[in-house]
Amino acid sequence: MAANPDNIFETIEFTLNGQSIEALPDETILQAAQRTGTEIPHLCYTDGLRADGNCRACMVEIDGERVLAPSCCRNPTPGMTVHSDNERAQKSQKMVLELLLSDMPETSYTLDNELMYWADKLEVKNPRFKPRHQPAADLSHPAIAVNLDACIQCTRCLRACRESQVNDVIGLAQRGHHAEIVFDIGDPMGDSSCVACGECVAACPTGALSNASGAHQVEADRKVDSVCPYCGVGCLLTYHVKDDKIIRVEGRDGPANFSRLCVKGRYGFDYLYHPHRLTKPLIRKEGVPKGMNEHFDPADPSKMFREASWEEAMELATSGLKTILDAQGGSGLAGFGSAKGSNEEAYLFQKLVRTGFGTNNVDHCTRLCHASSVAALLEGIGSGAVSNQVEDVQHAEVFMVIGSNPTTNHPVAATFMKNAINNGKKLILMDPRSTQIARHATYHLQFNASTDVSLLNSMLHVIIEEGLTDDKFIAERTTDFEELKANVTDYSPEKMESVTGIPAETVREVARLFATSKGSMIFWGMGISQHIHGTDNSRCLIALSMITGQCGRPGTGLHPLRGQNNVQGASDAGLIPMVFPDYQRVDNPEAHAWFSDYWKAELDDKPGLTVVEIMHAVLEGQIKGMYIMGENPAMSDPNLNHARAALAALDHLVLQDIFLTETAAFADVILPASGWAEKDGTVSNTDRRVQLGRAAVPMPGECRQDLWIIRDIGKGIGLDWNYEHVSEVYDEMRGAMDSIKGITWERLNEQSSVTYPCADENDPGQSVVFTEDFPTANGRARLVAARVVPADEQPDDEFPMILITGRQLEHWHTGSMTRRASILDAIEPVPVVYVNQHDLDNLGVEAGGEIVARTRRGEIKAFARPDGALKQGEVFIPFCYHEAAANLLTNEALDPFGKIPEFKFCAIKLEAA
Amino acid sequence: MAQPEINPDAVDKRKQGSRGKIKGRIVDLNSLVEVQNLLGDASRQHDLLIEHLHKIQDYYGHLSAAHLTALAHEMRLSTTEVYEVASFYHHFDVIREGEVAPPPLTVRVCESVSCEMAGSNELIDSLKASLGDGVRIQPVPCVGRCDKAPVAVVRQYTVDNATPDSVKAAVDAGAVEQPMPENSIDYDAYRADGGYGLYDRLLAGDVSGDEIIKTLEGTQLRGLGGAGFPVGRKWGILRDQPAPRMCAINIDEGEPGTFKDRYYMLSDPHRFLEGMLIAAEIIDIEACYIYIRDEYPSVIENLKIAVDDLQQKSGYDLPHIEIRRGAGAYICGEESAMIESIEGKRGMPRLRPPYVAQVGLFGHPTLEHNCESLFWVRDVIEKGSEWFDSQGRNGRKGLRSFSVSGRVNKPGVHLAPAGITIRELIEEYCDGMLDGHKFYGYFPGGASGGILPASLGDIPLDFDTLQEYGCFIGSAAVIVLSDQDTAKQAALNSLRFFAHESCGQCTPCRVGCEKAVSIMETGDWDIEQLQDLSTVMIDASICGLGQAAPNPIQSVIKYFPHELGIEEQQ
Repeated sequence: MAANPDNIFETIEFTLNGQSIEALPDETILQAAQRTGTEIPHLCYTDGLRADGNCRACMVEIDGERVLAPSCCRNPTPGMTVHSDNERAQKSQKMVLELLLSDMPETSYTLDNELMYWADKLEVKNPRFKPRHQPAADLSHPAIAVNLDACIQCTRCLRACRESQVNDVIGLAQRGHHAEIVFDIGDPMGDSSCVACGECVAACPTGALSNASGAHQVEADRKVDSVCPYCGVGCLLTYHVKDDKIIRVEGRDGPANFSRLCVKGRYGFDYLYHPHRLTKPLIRKEGVPKGMNEHFDPADPSKMFREASWEEAMELATSGLKTILDAQGGSGLAGFGSAKGSNEEAYLFQKLVRTGFGTNNVDHCTRLCHASSVAALLEGIGSGAVSNQVEDVQHAEVFMVIGSNPTTNHPVAATFMKNAINNGKKLILMDPRSTQIARHATYHLQFNASTDVSLLNSMLHVIIEEGLTDDKFIAERTTDFEELKANVTDYSPEKMESVTGIPAETVREVARLFATSKGSMIFWGMGISQHIHGTDNSRCLIALSMITGQCGRPGTGLHPLRGQNNVQGASDAGLIPMVFPDYQRVDNPEAHAWFSDYWKAELDDKPGLTVVEIMHAVLEGQIKGMYIMGENPAMSDPNLNHARAALAALDHLVLQDIFLTETAAFADVILPASGWAEKDGTVSNTDRRVQLGRAAVPMPGECRQDLWIIRDIGKGIGLDWNYEHVSEVYDEMRGAMDSIKGITWERLNEQSSVTYPCADENDPGQSVVFTEDFPTANGRARLVAARVVPADEQPDDEFPMILITGRQLEHWHTGSMTRRASILDAIEPVPVVYVNQHDLDNLGVEAGGEIVARTRRGEIKAFARPDGALKQGEVFIPFCYHEAAANLLTNEALDPFGKIPEFKFCAIKLEAA
Repeated sequence: MAQPEINPDAVDKRKQGSRGKIKGRIVDLNSLVEVQNLLGDASRQHDLLIEHLHKIQDYYGHLSAAHLTALAHEMRLSTTEVYEVASFYHHFDVIREGEVAPPPLTVRVCESVSCEMAGSNELIDSLKASLGDGVRIQPVPCVGRCDKAPVAVVRQYTVDNATPDSVKAAVDAGAVEQPMPENSIDYDAYRADGGYGLYDRLLAGDVSGDEIIKTLEGTQLRGLGGAGFPVGRKWGILRDQPAPRMCAINIDEGEPGTFKDRYYMLSDPHRFLEGMLIAAEIIDIEACYIYIRDEYPSVIENLKIAVDDLQQKSGYDLPHIEIRRGAGAYICGEESAMIESIEGKRGMPRLRPPYVAQVGLFGHPTLEHNCESLFWVRDVIEKGSEWFDSQGRNGRKGLRSFSVSGRVNKPGVHLAPAGITIRELIEEYCDGMLDGHKFYGYFPGGASGGILPASLGDIPLDFDTLQEYGCFIGSAAVIVLSDQDTAKQAALNSLRFFAHESCGQCTPCRVGCEKAVSIMETGDWDIEQLQDLSTVMIDASICGLGQAAPNPIQSVIKYFPHELGIEEQQ
């Protein structure tokens, strides 16, 4: 019989308990039974994890077979006769449950105990067997309680840890009835390499692994679907709410996370309830000086501020702005919006500055993260967004990660990368540090910090010299190849070896691998962008992708990993000084005219100032007033002493936030705002997915929604704004942005996540872009040659080491939220300086000892943490600790194109404290 | 300025304890150098993990947490991947901080059925009392010398028919190596006797692979590890699988009572290697892995010599051959568990399907054989299938290598006709029962093959003949019990062994063995509970270990009810 061409899915007909049923291709007996309404008990099997067949609760009898078969691991064959409910099968199912039940503690650690569920269902009661000797509880971890007396050795946690998240912490050690779930070498979980992603907790069927808070024993009043407030990966999640408080967070099956979360997303939510939370508007007390002086105390704002009514605070906030506006016009004002807020907030904020202040002096922390990448991308291929989504890595053959520490900064994205590696894909890691993902890399090029251009140019050199280019792609889709080719002739890997520290042959191998694979993808992070040659770094990456034709197909392309939850969306929404929404340049007359008409306002036609430039302009007396929403430049800017001096020099600073951040020390008026889980709104992740967040809990005290504070500031300075619902702002924004044209508010409510560009409501969104051409004037990519520009400040005798700043897994940006999240703070409570062990020995400092780190700009004191990831001479300091702010040390030298400071390189000296 | 005050206890602990520490264990640089020195320029590929663990255990006498962490770093594995493997195998001693390393010398005393019958418990007690703190006395499962019970092993030096005095003498003499066999047939001798002639003919095309497979298919040569799958048919199946194809040889002879493989591998290793090469040639096998239990250091050495000779003297274009050392895990004699172990993992059996012939070693189709199955290939082909099949008795065909131990005058490996009865075997090959002992019962196939009473002493012993009695012949390890033994004690000994050796993967075996032992140890067997347990272990365990473990229990209930104080079942 010929196969029916209409029937793509050949189903398999078999008999289950006397009924004929049809299994879908690849479906197991268990899955087919479940789908058609027959329940078979199962414990070690759960959706999303590889079936392991170890618990033997799902045994069925198959006619003609000697022993029973695990239905979770067996695919039916045509005509097979299966019994899940006959005496023989049930005897085994029940005995397995009885055996496991005999070793269970009396009380369950979770309300969702699957063993109890099935025992109840099959009426297995009072096990007859003597209980085992029970292991002691391990309560060493702040987030997760380990009660292995409830463990049934089903290894769901192990598979979650090792096969989903690939953190490789959990093992099954010993054997026989001594077999036990362990962390590392049988260490207490709190001392282990556990990164507390909580995937094991989510996987555990019996609560042997559960939240230390006991939240699994509490029934939630409601569950609210939303998005994670932290990094740019954009994990979908569900808040479990009891008595109007979030009690726990569960991963939701989103396209960017497949139900996975990291420690921040799963356990970092209780900052909302921290006693420091601002609940009333505050006004600076008469005569109290600005600055991080003795009056500044996040725990007690009353030393610096007095409480005020909203009327009084808004009056003061707006009148202060108006005074400057009246006296000087828009050039005297600037605004920092936030990449941590929603798209609607970002849109309205930039509209406020542009139409209310009449200036383009509006920026946000994108300036501090990917501004240089975006500059290079806009120049080269006409779009700053990623070409391929993270998940696409599974379609690549090779992928390169450069200047990115994804396991720390994009943990869930990193899991997709590690999954791909476990499926045979090759990782080329380029990073001065031996980051965690290095263990999984086929090649790790641990090059000397700041020699990116030399290294990448030498790769380009090899590809061109050895004829590995995709000449058709170059001819049809790029321009200026000859200039690039001429430029890289000087950069043979043999010549660059002494600069980069990477053997020439390794560079050649890597270049060949990248160029000749069926699909090569590039991911990069701040290690590329935060240099004065950040734009050049990105130019090289673009060139690498283009001349090898590794673009425009699944498993290829360029992916600058976005840092914050909405840095992509805030940029798209126009929260940057040189462009309106959708990257339409303010100095493009057509765009200018369009927006003037759309907003019915007179608009500034010159690009505004960027973050660091604004600080300079304040000190120069040009800018006198600022409105800052949810950003913390007094921690995040380079050379903080300079930035803080600028903030102190402002005549008028209106700050909108949920905590008394370091920037608040310089504010005149502080407006208490909404936390992420308290608001409705959309965010756009690193993959170009617009995702909907929903308010889960009410705001405390007199806090107000950020969006309505922006609206009311607008009204206060004379704008005729009457928005009543978030969707009104969204719709207006959508009207100005072709990229999200097809993504309606209703669609977001239904689908939670939609990829753009999305032309109309039936368009699923383009996951891969640039398939035919690039959004440049001539449709081609422009190749831009990069010459070596050394880092601004080189080590010398006085400051002999190199400082690299960045993040820790647990702490987010300046730490204002995460250091107030009890679990995250418990895991990483104190400021640390990461140093190579040999350097530490030379300093005569013990691990954990105090160390003074000094640069030409400032000094801090923190604890020494030896780290094998660093080469000798390199120092890594996270910038989230206000008591040891790394940015007191950093260099504010800027990349000339992206205006991004050089956070990743300056000269430093360490001393024993 | 005030600090945020959050969770003071945890913060305090962390501030005190871990501020100077990245997450997890730090690689100690000295330990790393030590590990690097031991590994030398050996490959760091992951399947060599157990080999590398052996290097550390052999040199330092244990595996410290620092060395495990360093080894993980060196092999680019996570620490838990190293630890879970190290802790699975009983020949590795993982010592964490604060734990005491074992004494420099370990004396292993076998406590399996035959040795227990020969007084190993008393020997263990006596040695513990007499040898002092510098020596660890470790009761261990079968070491494969059941014909010399009781057996003690001083590091690797074996003391047969051990007494407290003979063990002490060995300890005092510093004997720690297992002596090499004196009359092993080496490469030259084997060759001189016509060895590798068949292989030469195959290579020259004088005899074809098809002919050999056809001959094998026409005989009763079956898998002699215990499962009895016809050898010729297995080769035929493998030949049809897509390349690359692998070969894995099982010399993890761990079934209590079995020691025939040791005997053949010490006496005539090239006969087996020729069989392996013939299979490899016919099936076009890329690599052969020979897995040998760690209790057999002289076998490992003898085969290393044999393979070296072959590689250096023969001039053959050989497939890749690797010898891998087990580490004290009976379960690795299970074919898929052995494959996992060769891959450097915990020896946990895989679920079938897929079968190892389809998806085996490193994911490739794999021909897995007990070494004895290949040992007979040359003789069967050279002498013909008629010769082999004519050897049987009582209607059965072929030869069996019986490992006989227990209460007989002449225990040992006895090559006898398949189908011989136990009474014939005792009388004709073992010089009868020991003085003062009356034949009472027997294990026909090691600890897992069940126990039969003397009244069933006239059954032909072969594949397929014992099923109806709830037993099987397996590797033909016959343990003879006398009126001075009880089946109940022998069954308890067996179940303790299975509980000790269960890999712990599936519930029926992991929990079932342990619960069964706890019921049996009371002496007052709850028959209903044990029957229920047995049924489910047989029906629902992943592999043969759990499926066969209840055999001794069921045998006692069925054939020795008087020991339980109940009426004999009809």
